[in-house]
Amino acid sequence: MRNKTIAVLSWFTALLLAGNLAVILLVLPDEVQQGPIFRIIFFHVPAAWTAFLCFFGAMIASVLYLVRKNLRYDAFAAAATEVGLAFGAANLLTGMIWGHIIWGIWWTWDWRLTSMLVGLIIYAGYVMLRRAIEEATERARMSAVVSILAFADVPIIFFSIKWWRTQHPQPVIYGGGVMSPAYKFMLFFNWIPLLLLAVALLLIRMRQEQTGREIDALRREMHAF
Amino acid sequence: MKPVEIAGVWKFYGDFPALRDIGFDVEPGASMALLGRNGAGKTTLLRILAGLSRPGRGNIRICGADPRERSTRHSIGILGHGISLYEELSAVENLRLFARLYGLENPDRAASEWLERTGLEKVRDGLVREFSRGMRQRLAVARAFLHEPAVLLLDEPFTALDDRAIALLQSLLRDAIAEGRTIVLSTHQLREALELATHVALLVRGRLAYTGARTGEMLEDTGWLYRQYGEPQSAPA
Amino acid sequence: MAVPAVRRAPIRTGMKPPRLSFLRQTLTVAWKDLRSELRTKEAINASLSFAVVILLLFSAAFEPTEDQTREISGGLLWLVFAFAGALILNRSFARELANDCLDALIAAPMSGAALFLGKALANFVLLSAVEAVCLPVFGAFYNVHVTRQFWPLAGVIALGTWGLTVVGTVFSALTVNLRLRELMLPVLGYPILIPCLLAAMHLTAPLVMGDPLTAELAQWVRLLVAFDVIFSALALALIESVMVR
Repeated sequence: MRNKTIAVLSWFTALLLAGNLAVILLVLPDEVQQGPIFRIIFFHVPAAWTAFLCFFGAMIASVLYLVRKNLRYDAFAAAATEVGLAFGAANLLTGMIWGHIIWGIWWTWDWRLTSMLVGLIIYAGYVMLRRAIEEATERARMSAVVSILAFADVPIIFFSIKWWRTQHPQPVIYGGGVMSPAYKFMLFFNWIPLLLLAVALLLIRMRQEQTGREIDALRREMHAF
Repeated sequence: MKPVEIAGVWKFYGDFPALRDIGFDVEPGASMALLGRNGAGKTTLLRILAGLSRPGRGNIRICGADPRERSTRHSIGILGHGISLYEELSAVENLRLFARLYGLENPDRAASEWLERTGLEKVRDGLVREFSRGMRQRLAVARAFLHEPAVLLLDEPFTALDDRAIALLQSLLRDAIAEGRTIVLSTHQLREALELATHVALLVRGRLAYTGARTGEMLEDTGWLYRQYGEPQSAPA
Repeated sequence: MAVPAVRRAPIRTGMKPPRLSFLRQTLTVAWKDLRSELRTKEAINASLSFAVVILLLFSAAFEPTEDQTREISGGLLWLVFAFAGALILNRSFARELANDCLDALIAAPMSGAALFLGKALANFVLLSAVEAVCLPVFGAFYNVHVTRQFWPLAGVIALGTWGLTVVGTVFSALTVNLRLRELMLPVLGYPILIPCLLAAMHLTAPLVMGDPLTAELAQWVRLLVAFDVIFSALALALIESVMVR
C-alpha cells in the first residue's frame, strides 16, 4: 500500500515539476530588475518554506513522542529532519548560486541564508546524535529533546542574525520590490511539487527507520541468550 | 497495600521486549530473590522498581504508589552494580549528602549512626577513593539503608564481596527483615542470597517463569530451579 | 526446612516524615558539585589553562595592540568563555558516571528540576570563577578597561553565562552516556547558543572599551534575557525526559 502511495506521489511530483519547469524557463518573461537568474527564486524560496515546515513537523512529532512514547513519532521526526536538511541545503545552494551570479561572491552573509546555515548546523547535530545512540528508545528520547530545543531556538536565531546583519550594509539578494502576479503565482504553485517530493521522501525514510528497528529487535532476540 | 505490586509490565528497547508481561506481588516483610541468567531482565526490572526507568506497558506500585513519585522514592533504598558514592568526598560527606537529599531531619546523626553500624566510624573522614573494596561496599550499604526505606532493591549485592562484607550485608539484611522491611534482590543463584530469601522469582528471557516460596530444595541445590523452569541455555551462534 | 515466618512488625521508616524541600535539594546538589570540584580542581584547572591559551592564540591571529582589535576584543572574549566553559560543562554530568552515582541521584526523592538546577548553579559559579580570572588577563593583553563599565559588564556577562550554563547543562545530561561525549556537547550546544553569544558579544564589545550601552543595543539585552528565560523553562520542562529512561 505504501509503495503504491510513494510511486503515485513521485510520478505526480515529477510531472508537475516538469510542467512547472517548462513554464518557468520558457513561458515566464524575465523579471525587469532582477534578470533571468531571478527564476531561481521559484526553488530557492519554497525550499526554505518546506525545510521550515519539516523542522516544525519534527518538533511536533518529538513532543508527541515524549508524551505517547510511540516510536512511529520518532521515525517521523527523524525523517522530517533529514528531509528538512535536504531542502535547507537546496535553499542554501540556490542562494549561493544566485549570489555568485549577481554579485560575484559565493557567500554574501545575507541574514536569511545565514539563519538557514545555523539551522542546518543545528539539525546536522541532531542527525549526528542519532548516529551516536544505538538503542532505539534512548535515541528517540534524546533526539526528541534536541528537536524541541532546536526548534525553540529557530525564531531567536532569526531575530539575532537579522539584527546582526542589518547593522552592516550588505548585498541583498532580493529586497522588497513588487513581484509580478505571474511570478507570485508560480512561487506558490511551485511549492506544491516540492511539498509532494518532501512527503514522498519522508515516507521512504520513515519506512527505513521502521525496518531498521525491526532488524535491531531481531538481532537482539537472536543474541539475547 | 503491598510494598511491591507489579502487573502486566513490559519493557521495550526499540521493538525488542526485554520484559514480557511480568506480574507478581511481594508481601510485606518478605524477601524476594530474583533469579535469572544474564540478560534475563533482572536489572531492567529492578531499575523500573527503583523509578530509574519507566515500563512500556503495565503498572508498578511501591507501597501503593508510582515509584516515579517523589514521596514513594523516599520509601525505596537501592544498591546497584556501582556503589553510588563520590570518590572525592569522605564517607561522612557522602552519607550526609544522601541524608539531605532524602529529607532526613538530622543528616549528621543519621550519617554517624550508619557509619557505626557498618563499622566505618574510624574512617568517617577518609575519602572514598582511599577505601578498599570491602569498605566501599559497606559504605554503599550504609547509603542504601540510611533513610530507613520500607523497600530495599539490591542488584547482585554479593558479587565480588569478601567474607567480612558478605557477613555484614547478610546481618544487615536480616535486621531489615526483622524490622519488617521488604527486600527484592537479584542474584546469580548465590547461596548467601537464597538463605535470606523467603520467596523466589525466576526470569527467563524477560518472562516470569516461576514465582513462589523459597523451598529447602532450592537452597540445597541452587541449580534446581533453573532445571525445572528455565529454558536450556541455547548455544550462541 | 520450613520457610521462615514472614514478620508483620511495623516498619520503622524514618523517624519523622521527610523534609523534601526543592530548595534544600537544589542547594545540596550544587554544594556537592562545588565541593567535589574544589577538591580535585580537574575541570577548573583545565578550563583556566585552556582559556589563557586561547587568549594567547587570539593575540597571534589578531594583533593585540591595534585599535581595530581592541574594538572586536569583546567578541573574542565570549569565544574564550564558550570554549573554556565547555570543559566545565562536560564534567557536570560526567562526574556522576563513576560508581553509578547518577542512578542514585535519579532514584532519590528529588525532582529532575532540582537536580538540574543544582548542577546549573554549580556550573554557573565555576564558569563565573573562570571568567573572573580571564577578565583581568584579557584586560591586560588587549589593554582594555574592563572596570570602566563594570556593573553593566558584570550584568551582561552574568546573563550570557547563564545562557551558556543552561544550554550546556542540558546537553551535558543528554550526552553523558555517549561515547563521543566531549565532542557531542560542543557540536550540539554551540549552534544553539549562537543567538546568546551574538547578543553577549555585541554588548560586551563596547562595554569593554569603556563605552556605555546605547539605546540601540537594548534589543540585544532583551534578546539575551528572552533566550535565558526560554531555555531555562525548556530545560526544566525537558530534564525528566532526559534523565528517566
